[in-house]
Amino acid sequence: MAPDVKSVNFDVTRVRSRFPVLTRELYPGVPLIYMDSAATSQKPEDVIEAMSSFYELQNANIHRGIHKLAEEATSSYEAARVRISSFVGAGNPREIVFTRNTTESINLVAYSWGRSNLKSGDRVLLTEMEHHSNIVPWQILAEERGIQLDFVPVTDDGKLDLDAYSQLLESKPRLVGFTHMSNMLGTINPVKRMTAEAHAAGALVLVDGAQSVPHLPVNLVDLDVDFYAFSAHKMLGPTGIGILFGKKELLQEMPPFLGGGDMIKRVTLDGFSSNSLPYKFEAGTPAIAEAIGFGVAVDFLTELGMEAVHAHERQLTEYALERLEEVPGILVYGPSLAEKGGVMSFTFEGVHPHDVAQVLDRDGIAVRAGHHCAMPLHEKYKIPATTRASFYVYNTTDEIDTLIEGLYKVKQLFG
Amino acid sequence: MDDFYREIIIDRYKTPLMKGTLDPHDYSYKDDNPLCGDEIRIDLRVDGAGKVTEAAFEGHGCAISMASADLLVESIVGKDLDEVKSLSKEDILEMLGIELSPVRLKCALLSLKVLKAGVYGVDALEEELE
Repeated sequence: MAPDVKSVNFDVTRVRSRFPVLTRELYPGVPLIYMDSAATSQKPEDVIEAMSSFYELQNANIHRGIHKLAEEATSSYEAARVRISSFVGAGNPREIVFTRNTTESINLVAYSWGRSNLKSGDRVLLTEMEHHSNIVPWQILAEERGIQLDFVPVTDDGKLDLDAYSQLLESKPRLVGFTHMSNMLGTINPVKRMTAEAHAAGALVLVDGAQSVPHLPVNLVDLDVDFYAFSAHKMLGPTGIGILFGKKELLQEMPPFLGGGDMIKRVTLDGFSSNSLPYKFEAGTPAIAEAIGFGVAVDFLTELGMEAVHAHERQLTEYALERLEEVPGILVYGPSLAEKGGVMSFTFEGVHPHDVAQVLDRDGIAVRAGHHCAMPLHEKYKIPATTRASFYVYNTTDEIDTLIEGLYKVKQLFG
Repeated sequence: MDDFYREIIIDRYKTPLMKGTLDPHDYSYKDDNPLCGDEIRIDLRVDGAGKVTEAAFEGHGCAISMASADLLVESIVGKDLDEVKSLSKEDILEMLGIELSPVRLKCALLSLKVLKAGVYGVDALEEELE
């Protein structure tokens, strides 16, 4: 039977009690088993209450306000930035730019840094395991500027081919962009090593941290990356807010992304001068309540401890891999436990992922079916789609047992 | 669960009656739903009076898309092309006998989209189906 995940430093029952949605019955007598956290995580009451409380007691626009509410709102917003900055070990909160999400963060780099630095014939090196959000912005730029995109291949066991990576670096890309953790395979890439190698080859490094920051301890100074993007909503925070980290020297040289209020120092009818960092990249009224909610999500994770979060998910991943292997016809994609986060994408022989997800839904199990915004990766493995179960702080081995029972029901129905 | 995956859907998915290709054919059309990877091709033979004499489909997808393709293709044999052109979303849902969420509706209607695009010779029928 399931090993006991309740350890001294991670009380999953207590964690679960903080998530209101987990008390919901999806169908009569059928509780929610949420295994779609790689798409978006659930939110603890702390985050929900902090956002309501902002609107109930503090709501005002930030910056330049003289009145008390505006001062309070500004200070809450900026305090969130400082906490997020220290959560990911950035050197300086000015290097933390609020955006809408990971996608917008990557687009910001492609638009601002890319358009002012890349010319026809320059190369950008990506990988085959990227989410569409780290492919399409560069394809747009390739079309516009005539830059050349190269892709590090993925091995059959779902890892980046690091020998091929070293070889591709010899063609002197200006920038290397890769994911810290694959949203389909769960592969955790060796960011520090890959970054050092890219720097030695003269390339800047952009890392998509959408799947890693929620699940692993991340220290940006230690990783030495140049740009790093992540979203609040995958790490217990609200939708509509994300982060672009950029090294100060780089952000300072980059032209603004969007123009408008808050991003300027001075405007005349002849032109404008940009505001200092990070405001240069935060045009218009930002998502203030969301930033505050994001800060509380980070506090929540800090309280749990990211080492403990990672250890908990590792236990779930190990157990899930073991149990999925028992079910005939199931094939799990991605590397073995040592390099894998809590993302299980699998095919079920003879059953389409839509049908798997539909049958599981009747048992209250929320999984995702499709290409998970990684169409090139599915094409590589020659599969149209997969079913993906992804885990987070609130999942238990009992829930994995229910998942496996559900998969046997699928087998019975379609077998 | 039983109301969703009715016996007829599971049966037609596992052992379709109309699967195959026709060569030669009078009409053939293929389309896919890139979001879920489903793909369907439908071939027709039509006599001088415009009546469908033979029909077959080929493809892969979920139980809903495959069962609806099988039922649809079976239902048009012996029908005039004009009748085929007037088939609607409701006809498909009636054949399946279930209610579908918007996402699964796309699965169920892929075969109708392919069939209509084939007989009209155009690809612009999404509006009509939505």
